[in-house]
Amino acid sequence: MNKRRIAGVALFLIAVGGLLGLGYQTRNRSSAGGSITTVGSTALQPLVEAAGEQFSGDHLGVFINVQGGGSGTGLSQIQEGAVAIGNSDVFAEEQSGIHSHNLVDHRVAVVGIVPIINKEVGLKTLTTAQLQKVFDGTYTNWRELGGKNVPITIVNRAQGSGTRATFEKWALRGHRVKTAQEQDSSGMVRSIVSTTPGAISYVAFSYANKTVQKVAINGVAPTNQNVTSNKWQVWSYEHMYTNGRPTGVAKSFLNYIESPKIQSTLVRQLGYISISQMHVERDVKGRVTVIR
Amino acid sequence: MDKIKEKLQQTSQATRSERRGRFISFLALILILVVVIAIFWFVAAKGLATFFQNHINVWDFLSGKTWDPSVKGANGRPEVGALPMIVGSFLITLLSALVATPFAIGTAVFMNEIAPRNGAKILQPVTELLVGIPSVVYGFIGLSVVVPFVRHVFGGSGFGILSGTFVLFVMILPTVTSMTADTLKSVPRYYREASLALGATRWQTIHKVVLRAATPGILTAIVFGMARAFGEALAVQMVVGNATLLPHNLVSPSSTLTSVLTEGIGNTVMGSLQNNALWSLALVLLIMSLFFNVIIRIIGRKGELR
Repeated sequence: MNKRRIAGVALFLIAVGGLLGLGYQTRNRSSAGGSITTVGSTALQPLVEAAGEQFSGDHLGVFINVQGGGSGTGLSQIQEGAVAIGNSDVFAEEQSGIHSHNLVDHRVAVVGIVPIINKEVGLKTLTTAQLQKVFDGTYTNWRELGGKNVPITIVNRAQGSGTRATFEKWALRGHRVKTAQEQDSSGMVRSIVSTTPGAISYVAFSYANKTVQKVAINGVAPTNQNVTSNKWQVWSYEHMYTNGRPTGVAKSFLNYIESPKIQSTLVRQLGYISISQMHVERDVKGRVTVIR
Repeated sequence: MDKIKEKLQQTSQATRSERRGRFISFLALILILVVVIAIFWFVAAKGLATFFQNHINVWDFLSGKTWDPSVKGANGRPEVGALPMIVGSFLITLLSALVATPFAIGTAVFMNEIAPRNGAKILQPVTELLVGIPSVVYGFIGLSVVVPFVRHVFGGSGFGILSGTFVLFVMILPTVTSMTADTLKSVPRYYREASLALGATRWQTIHKVVLRAATPGILTAIVFGMARAFGEALAVQMVVGNATLLPHNLVSPSSTLTSVLTEGIGNTVMGSLQNNALWSLALVLLIMSLFFNVIIRIIGRKGELR
């Protein structure tokens, strides 16, 4: 063997060995107290990401790894114990395939969800019955509801999406909807509704900007104020689940998110409603109790 | 004497290095094989669970028209009818191949037969560039240009098979073009010379001799393009509308196997019926791509230039 070949092989081995070593050095030590991983709901992701960054700033050497993937992924990963925290828009009890008895629920924020329509439709308020008949396909043209003469285009979120589950449960009262087009992110839904004549969909408050028309239901305006008093009933908790009681970094991170410091700054800035502002509490079966 | 004998009986340097080389390439082969088998095993195990674990009738799955795995249908079984997605996938694939083929053949003929020098200089890099564009970019252009265009010209909401066809047409065009160009290049020179010597015009030569001789290769190129179209997920998902309805026209929102898969997988839990049903869709996709591969093999074997 000549020297160049030996050098080449040696270089290759060093490179591979170095990469593996680097991977091993920076491996995810969720139990060792260095870093934790949270997975799940894309609706909650911005808040966890922002809070995670601040948390790492305050606690040197601690890193919060935030991944999306959807509420279903969050719940199944936490059930398997693959991650430290699983984020979800829905109660674990509501998701099929999840055995919730081991999971501990931490509600970190509230999100209001509002129907949005294309601005040219010319409607600003709908009743529950009208919404149901729009989404089950009884109405096909906005003219029938007093709007302009444009056909109704329904845009749904994907089956199993937390936003869709909340909307169908609380705005449509569980009324079965007709199969229509589906999109897998809120941003996509908003841009489609803003550009497609006659389109209707639903997004979280934080996504409903000036490009679309927010719709009041039964004359109640979609405001944070109305959510806190449950006058606007289309809202859901943002859950962060742990498998068993949280320990170590997961515990201090959850405390951090629930602390007034985050609840009164980040939570509001990012368009969520703080848990501490809520005047009511709602359980998994939908029973509402007033907090005194 | 003994020294020479020893030297002759020993394995030589060359033999050893050849063995080493054979061992390394064998290892690489094993690794690829293991990965492929593992993928098949995983998808098949997960995909068949719908039928064995959740006791869904295979025929109901393939012919049912309602896709709503979390709701129980009239017969008390979860509604996992995959027909709308299967029809959507095939329709989009066939249509985009149908639109892309004439353009691809035209471009390839121009590049090889009509203007080999300029064609190769300009068109080759352009088609190669098209291959390199990520599918999300195609999807984004589809969403912001093709969908409004379809809405204005053909009506409807703009989302649907037609928009998907337009986007996929551009995506598979480079694949089909470059493969067709390669086949045209492999047609022997003396075919053309013989044809021209008989007094055929250039068009007659291209039409009757070159394209005829290259037909198997062109078919392979088309099937290759179809395989790519069938498996494309992101760009299609952005423009097709993702409504699990049987398409009753080309501008009504519909869905493909891939679009439902990518959209739903994050919202379901491993091991639940909803998740298994998605794996069954993946299994259908895998079987279809195998099918495309087999077709390519058959065409390739039957149509070898002799």
